[in-house]
Amino acid sequence: MNYTFQFGEAFKEFPLLLSGAVVTMELAFLSFWGGTLIGLAGATAKIYGGKFTRTLAGWYVTFFTNTPALLQIYFLYYGLPEFGILLPAFGSVLLGLTLNAGAYLTEIQRAGFISVRRTELEAAETLGMSLTQQLRFVIVPHIAKTIYPPLANFFILLVLGSSIAAIFTIDELTGVAINVSTENYRWLEMFIVVAGMYIVITFIASFLLAMVGRYAFRVKVKMF
Amino acid sequence: MIDRLANEIPRFFEYYTMALLLKAMAATLVMTLVGCGFGFVGGFLIIILRQTPGKLWLPLRLVVITYVEIFRRIPFLVILYLVLFFVQALASDVSLFVIATVGIFMLSIAYTSEIIRAGFESVPRQQIETATVLNFSRWKILRYVIIPQSWPVIIPPAFAFMVGFIKDTALVSQIGVLELTFAGKILNNRGYSAVLVFGVILLFYFALSYPLSRLGAWLETKLASSRNK
Amino acid sequence: MHHLEINKINASYGTLPVLREVSLTVEKGEIVSLVGPSGSGKSTLLRALMGLTKPTGGEILIAGDKINYDSKKSVAMARDRMAIVFQQYNLFQNMNVLKNVTLAPVEIKRWPAKEVEEHAKYLLDKVGLSEKYNAYPDELSGGQQQRVAIARALALKPGILLLDEVTSALDPELVTEVLDTIKGLAKDGMTMLIVSHEMAFVREISSKVVMMDEGQMVEVGPPQKIIDNPTSDRAKEFFSKVLRH
Repeated sequence: MNYTFQFGEAFKEFPLLLSGAVVTMELAFLSFWGGTLIGLAGATAKIYGGKFTRTLAGWYVTFFTNTPALLQIYFLYYGLPEFGILLPAFGSVLLGLTLNAGAYLTEIQRAGFISVRRTELEAAETLGMSLTQQLRFVIVPHIAKTIYPPLANFFILLVLGSSIAAIFTIDELTGVAINVSTENYRWLEMFIVVAGMYIVITFIASFLLAMVGRYAFRVKVKMF
Repeated sequence: MIDRLANEIPRFFEYYTMALLLKAMAATLVMTLVGCGFGFVGGFLIIILRQTPGKLWLPLRLVVITYVEIFRRIPFLVILYLVLFFVQALASDVSLFVIATVGIFMLSIAYTSEIIRAGFESVPRQQIETATVLNFSRWKILRYVIIPQSWPVIIPPAFAFMVGFIKDTALVSQIGVLELTFAGKILNNRGYSAVLVFGVILLFYFALSYPLSRLGAWLETKLASSRNK
Repeated sequence: MHHLEINKINASYGTLPVLREVSLTVEKGEIVSLVGPSGSGKSTLLRALMGLTKPTGGEILIAGDKINYDSKKSVAMARDRMAIVFQQYNLFQNMNVLKNVTLAPVEIKRWPAKEVEEHAKYLLDKVGLSEKYNAYPDELSGGQQQRVAIARALALKPGILLLDEVTSALDPELVTEVLDTIKGLAKDGMTMLIVSHEMAFVREISSKVVMMDEGQMVEVGPPQKIIDNPTSDRAKEFFSKVLRH
C-alpha cells in the first residue's frame, strides 16, 4: 500500500472539528425537541383524534418513515424555492430532519401512551385519586419510564443522522471533515479522526442519558 | 408552479427517464439485498466467534466485540467515505457500486450480529444446560437447540433492518453510485422541476419500502403466533 | 466402593460461598434426598455434579473415578454416568417427544437408531406416555413434560439420576403423577439424588435424608430420624415450618 499516513495534519484541525461537533449536537438537539413536540401532537392525534386527524397523522407517519430522510431534505432544499419559499440551507435541513424525526417520535410516544394499563388506572381510581392526581402519580410517571429508553436511543440515532447535513454544505462534523480534506488531501486520516469523534460523542451521550435515566426516571438504561 | 409541472410531466414520464429510474431502482435493491444478505451471514459468524470459549480465542473475541461497538456508533455516510478512501488507497479500480455494497455490508454485520445475539439469548438457559449435560458439543447445541428456537425471533427484526436499509442506500449517491437518489439528482440537473423529480423519487422509495415493511409486520405476527402455539 | 462420593466440596458464585465442606456418600441403589431452605446450596450441589458449576475445593468421585473439572473428557465422563432433570424447560421445544428422547443417544452416543427408538418407546410407556410419542412439548401438561424429561434422562442409561425440584414448578394436581413415576424408578433400584420440597414423598422414598442450610450439611440420617426428630435447631425450625401444612 503506497499511502503514508499523516495524522499530524488531521490533528492540527482538531479545533475546527470540535466546532463541527458543536453544530452536530445543535442539529441533534433541535431536531429531537422539534420532533418530540410533533410526536406528541401526532401521538395524541392518533389516539384521541377524530377520523380525519387520525388518518392525517397516519399518512404523515407512514410517508416519513418509508422514505429516506435525504430525499425529504432534497425535496425541501430544491423544491421549496420553486414555490417561492426561500429558506437558508440550515433551515431546510433542520426542517427535513425535524419532520422525519417527528414521524418516528410519534410512534414511540404513541406506544408509551397506550402502555398505561387500565388496571393501573382502576387501582388509582379505587384509591380515590382524581383525574389530575391519576395523571400526576400514575400516568405520566409510567409513560415517562416507558418512553425514556427508546427516546434516549433515538437521540443517539439523530446525532449520527445529523451527518446528512454535510451533503448540504452545513459545517457539522462530517461537513468540516469534507471541507478540510479538500484542502489538505488527508481524506483518510480526517475521516478516521471524525469516526473516532463520533464514537466518543455517542459514548458520552449514551452514558449521560443512562445516568439521567437511572436517577431522574429510575429507569434502567444500558450504559453503552 | 402547476403549469410548469403540467409542462414537464409528459416529458418526464417518457422512455429514457423511466429506464434510468428503473435501472437505478434495481441498483438500490441489489445493493441492499447483497449488502444485508452477506451482512446477515457475517453477523452470524461474528456471534459464533464472540461466543467461542477459551483463552486462545480471547483476542479474536475482543476484536469482534470492538468492531460491533464501533460500527454501530459511526454514521453510515462516514463509513461509506472511509471504505471509499481505504479501498482507493489500495486499488484504484474498484467500482463505486462494489464500494457502496461493502460499506453496507460492514455496517449491517454490526447491527445484524446484535439482532442474532438477542435471538440466541432468548433461548431459555436451561434448554442449553440440558443439552450440555447430555454431552452435546457446542455445534450440536447450536444446531439442535439454539438455531431452531431462535430464528423466529431473529427473522422479523433482521428483515425489518434490511427494509429500513433501502432508505439508507440513498446516501451512497454521495460517492457517485447510480442509484435512485443519484438518478434524481441527474434529472434535476437536466432541468426538471425539483418538486417533480424528487416527488417521484420519494414515491419510488415508498413503493419499495412500504409493501416490504407490511410484509415484515405480517411475518412478525405469523412467527410470533407459531411460537406461542 | 461408593457409587458416588462427595468429599468436602466448596463452591462459590463470585465471592459468595454457596457450598461449604459438603461431604456425602451414596451407595448403589440408595435414594438420597436433599432438603432445606431456598439458597441452601442443594441445586448447586447437583449442578456441580453435572459440571455446570466448578467447585473451588474438594473432590467428587463416581464409582471411584475422580472428576477433573479442568478436563473436558473427565466432565464428559461424569455427564455420561449421571443424568439430571431440572425444574422446568427440560424438553427441546422444537421437537416432538420421541425425538427429544432419542436425540442424545443417537447423535451423541451414536447408538443404532432402531434400538434407541424401541428403548425410547419402552421408557415412554413406562412413564405412562405411550399415547404421546409424536406430541410436541407445548401440547403436553407440565407433569407430562417432566415425565418425558425423566424418560429422556433414562434413555442414556445413566448409573445415577439427579432430580432437581422436578415438581416445584407444577400445578398441585400434576405433582402426584411425577412422584409416582419416581417411586417406580426407585423400585427398579436406580441410584438417585433428589432435591425436593415434598416432605411426605421424601419421607416415604428415601434411604437417607440430608438437611442443608446456607451451603452446609446440617443433619444426615434416615428420614424418620431427620424429619420427625431433628436434633439441630436449624433443622427443627425448617421442618416445623414446612410440615405445618
